[in-house]
Amino acid sequence: MQIRVNERSWTVNAAPDTRLLYVLMNELQLQGPRFGCGLAQCGSCSVLVNGVETRSCVTPVSGVEGKSVTTLEGLPAWYAAQKKLAKAPALHPVQQAMIDEQAVQCGYCFNGMIIKSAELLSKTPRPTEAQIRTQMNGHLCRCGTYPRIMKAIQRASVAMAGGGR
Amino acid sequence: MIRRDFLKAGGALVVGFSLRDSLVAQEQVVRGTKAGPPDARQVDTWLAIHADNTATVYIGFAELGQGASTALLQIAAEELDLDMSQIKTVRLDTNVTPNQGGTYSSASINRGGPQVRTAAAEARLALLKLASAKLNAPQDQLSVSKGVVSGSGRSVTYGELVGDKPFNVTFTGTAPVKPTTEYKIVGTKFPRNDTPAKVSAQYTYMQYVRVPGMLHGRVVRPRGQRMYGAGAKIVSVDEASIRAIPSARVLRKGDFLGVVAENEWDAVRAAQQLKVIWETPPALPGNAGLHEHMRTAKTEDSIVLERGNVTTGLSGAAHTVSQTCLGPYHAHAPFGPNCALADVKPDSALVMCSTQDVYGTRNSLSRLLGMPAEKIRVQYYEGSGTYGHSCYDDVAQAVTLLSQLAGKPVRLQFMRWDEHGWDNYGPAHLGEVRAAADANGKIAAYEYQGWQHGWSNTETSAQLIGTPTSEWPGGGVQGVNRLTCGGMYDIPNLKLVNHKLPVTAYLKGGWLRSPLDLSFAFASEQAIDQLAYLTGTDSYEFRKRNMTDMRWLGVLDAAAQAAKWTPRKAAANLSKANLVTGRGIGVGTHLTSYGGAVAEIEVNKETGRVVAKHLYGAIDAGQVVNPGFVESQIMGQLVQTASRMFKEEVKFDQNGVTSLDWASYPILRFDECPEVTAVVVQRLDQRSTGAGEEVMAAAAAAIANAFFDATGVRMKQFPFTPARVLAALNGAKSA
Ligand code: FES
Ligand code: FES
Repeated sequence: MQIRVNERSWTVNAAPDTRLLYVLMNELQLQGPRFGCGLAQCGSCSVLVNGVETRSCVTPVSGVEGKSVTTLEGLPAWYAAQKKLAKAPALHPVQQAMIDEQAVQCGYCFNGMIIKSAELLSKTPRPTEAQIRTQMNGHLCRCGTYPRIMKAIQRASVAMAGGGR
Repeated sequence: MIRRDFLKAGGALVVGFSLRDSLVAQEQVVRGTKAGPPDARQVDTWLAIHADNTATVYIGFAELGQGASTALLQIAAEELDLDMSQIKTVRLDTNVTPNQGGTYSSASINRGGPQVRTAAAEARLALLKLASAKLNAPQDQLSVSKGVVSGSGRSVTYGELVGDKPFNVTFTGTAPVKPTTEYKIVGTKFPRNDTPAKVSAQYTYMQYVRVPGMLHGRVVRPRGQRMYGAGAKIVSVDEASIRAIPSARVLRKGDFLGVVAENEWDAVRAAQQLKVIWETPPALPGNAGLHEHMRTAKTEDSIVLERGNVTTGLSGAAHTVSQTCLGPYHAHAPFGPNCALADVKPDSALVMCSTQDVYGTRNSLSRLLGMPAEKIRVQYYEGSGTYGHSCYDDVAQAVTLLSQLAGKPVRLQFMRWDEHGWDNYGPAHLGEVRAAADANGKIAAYEYQGWQHGWSNTETSAQLIGTPTSEWPGGGVQGVNRLTCGGMYDIPNLKLVNHKLPVTAYLKGGWLRSPLDLSFAFASEQAIDQLAYLTGTDSYEFRKRNMTDMRWLGVLDAAAQAAKWTPRKAAANLSKANLVTGRGIGVGTHLTSYGGAVAEIEVNKETGRVVAKHLYGAIDAGQVVNPGFVESQIMGQLVQTASRMFKEEVKFDQNGVTSLDWASYPILRFDECPEVTAVVVQRLDQRSTGAGEEVMAAAAAAIANAFFDATGVRMKQFPFTPARVLAALNGAKSA
């Protein structure tokens, strides 16, 4: 089976019903999406499928044939393509904002947090606090970093409006 | 190994390496090739200076997401006068890093800091001696900046010094440390060194570690643990039930059951499809009957602390309060379930896992395998935040068994239900408080009686292969806490009584961030608050009046000032509206440090929904190496406390635990996340103490007191679920 991940085509050997997460982690050896619940409850395994945040732990790999999957690794390039930048930045602005706000504790949830915020900012460039809370509500953080994530999203939103680092 | 080879192999010259004694020299080995722990009395165990003028510090503490590794490097860099860019640390590894004990009770900076500091000071002294000879300048006229020693108008780098000539230093612990007034790095908000990798998919969490030829494993257990001590007994396993997954194999030892397969999805499916019949377990009390069961059980009683005469103090006082408060079992529930990888050979084993204590885990694996500890190497890889004794040891044991049974390296990822269902839960608690105040608003007497069981000392995997269950030794931290229970006040008549329940008739217990303190503070600080109310005094003012310890006063004041607290009696602004607000204050801690908090909450009297709008937390942890990290820790603690007070409760029925995922064990989400304000009370002249859990008790108390301020009703049980809140409000109405 062929799948398209981070703008590259991959041949995978997995059975079609294998959950995408295991293909990304084991066959493609990516370190963005990660196992959290396997039940679509937490957002740990999130990727973008055609730009839409998707839980890879419950998505059969056959379900993304012919679609474009973006993981945390591919997020800067995805952003550059969206913004029509000549060159992909090292980090998506929301990744940089997470560093600037020192939002990370254990960091395990940040794959999903960053994927979801990137999706949110692509649709709603200047989100209100209420919009952030609603949009992000399906993503859990056990370390309690929500307040700084909310700040980081606002910060990234400002940075992106200013030309998108 | 001779020195030349050593240099070739390691690229580093190690402080403490001796040419003076050829025997010693021959024993020097490349780090990592010999079983540890390395000799803690040698400075080279703690740090190495490299030819490129950088240093590696060998630290025995795990990075658990608090920034501890960066903070410990700040301490070392400060003493050595190195820049933070010149210093790094390595992974915890029983063949490499010293044994500093586990990363428990906010211990990293508390216990690890002084050791790292004195080792670095010792190395600096040795380097200065060498520099003095080299530069022909007296030692006291040398200055160091970024690892460059200058004197007599000339300079030399650390790298050049030890590159030239090896030297031998025993860790005497007597080298002078830098006066705090000269600190440049300690006390500053240096950013965490792991953040860039963590936001960009560059960080290798345990869950990503792979080795060649490895199989994927899963454990097979009943969904949800049963009574601790009863285990889970297999009646039958139907191996034919997974015949459709040809690569999967069933592995079993006693009642320990698992599957392995070449690819992970096969292992996941096989574990779910394998048909197993389990024996019916002995009956648990279940949530509904839990606290009554605890209150009437036979207990082992002890007096934790007693002064004056509580009975007379209570009977003669102007105002008295008496109440019983209930706390639930809480789960660690790390966001990513624990994972481990083992390669067990007939005469050696390598185990990679997220233990907080690599040497402790090595010992338990040694018992499990019947293999000498020196034959086992344990390496630490960070998983997701653990907040105490989650399943990291259990998963390490389980994968070790699977690898031994399979004869191959195995990676084991616990499923969500394994982690939630077989956790070492923070034990449930019942607290009875009686307290009294005199007419002047002084606390006259205070009595706390607490019921809870202790911690289990046998991991599930060990238990399933037949190791008898046992109790974690030592009672102290597993029972009534003399600091959180009234310890901050000047009380003439005081008595703390502990009622220890048997560990085996309930759920598996373990330490969970600020063990039992939320329950203690919920009961104790509500009683104190009620005394303030009965004496007609503002809650903050009442506490101040009963405290003389400057450090307790410091955190109380800091929290009150952050929240712009204005004096008024609690519950003085009760409103008939459905949506009401309240504020509360509280103090508490765990074993060290001081915590103070204020909560502003909103209660919907119609739906029973309670939301924290703003939480303020202050910690005095003595000398704070990195205030930025402690602020993060305070914020995390405040949010987690809100989650534990409003949402979290391990549910179980008579067969076992039914809280198995985020739907059946909800935690706080973005929509109800409070604004948080963190205050670090910096005391550079005081010993560093813990900051990873010490404001949770105060925050729990503040939340409970805010509920009273909003509604005029005291909650007697948490979490404050809508049903419980409505029952409390209705009960108060009809009473
Ligand atoms: S792992 Fe996919 S949502 Fe939790
Ligand atoms: S930072 Fe640890 S789970 Fe979010």
